[in-house]
Amino acid sequence: MSTATLPATGAAEADARRRRSLFLVFLCTLIGAVSQILIKTGATNLAHHVKHPGLMSAAIGMFADPWLFSGYALYGVSAVLLVLALRDGELSMLYPVIALTYVWVSVLSFLIFHESLGGYRMAGIGLIVVGVAVLGRRTSQ
Amino acid sequence: MTTPVSSMVLVVTGSFIGSFGAVLLKAGAGRLERTVRSVVTNWRLGLGVGLYGLSSVFFVLANTKGELTILYPLVSLGYLWTLLWAKLFFNEPLTRFKFLGLGMILVGVFCLNLSNG
Repeated sequence: MSTATLPATGAAEADARRRRSLFLVFLCTLIGAVSQILIKTGATNLAHHVKHPGLMSAAIGMFADPWLFSGYALYGVSAVLLVLALRDGELSMLYPVIALTYVWVSVLSFLIFHESLGGYRMAGIGLIVVGVAVLGRRTSQ
Repeated sequence: MTTPVSSMVLVVTGSFIGSFGAVLLKAGAGRLERTVRSVVTNWRLGLGVGLYGLSSVFFVLANTKGELTILYPLVSLGYLWTLLWAKLFFNEPLTRFKFLGLGMILVGVFCLNLSNG
């Protein structure tokens, strides 16, 4: 690569790649959280309709129930985004960022289901967000 | 309710298997090209997804017996394994920012689980 002759360009390029992979993983956690909520809603519906939901009814529900189907489809999308992010980014930086999924699930549960945001939950959200910001720093220094 | 050692072993094993899933996803992702063939024949990606699935089976088995407040922090061991493999297999630098960020995330996840209890 041109890193040896043009160190400034190489660093800027690495910077842009890092930011792109961070953005992809960010998107992956957001879509992953939406998919979890869809799957949870679908599974609750399924439990109402079927007396003893087993593996069979769960498998059929995956395709028959629009909540479950869209949930699993989005889960697949989030997995593809993770792979694309890992292609350019560092595993040690991107992998812990997946914990942002918990943050989105908490926020979405608050917005949609009006679940409470207690002290522990707020503290947990704050710590994860700041932790991700610390992780995302340039690693060259 | 007490948490049997067997459940803890299941969770630690699951976290170990899942961390190798992450390594294989990364290894497979690096070999991707813009062809359908390169995706379909990518055994690393396939095995990575498979190991993830296998690790979730271990977690579900463990969760049938035991307390989540004990078992969940053990799940986080997966983050530590993954950091270790990133250094070992991909020669990624382990900076203090990574350890600091990871530490904050782990405590944050722990707090979220407390609020669920």
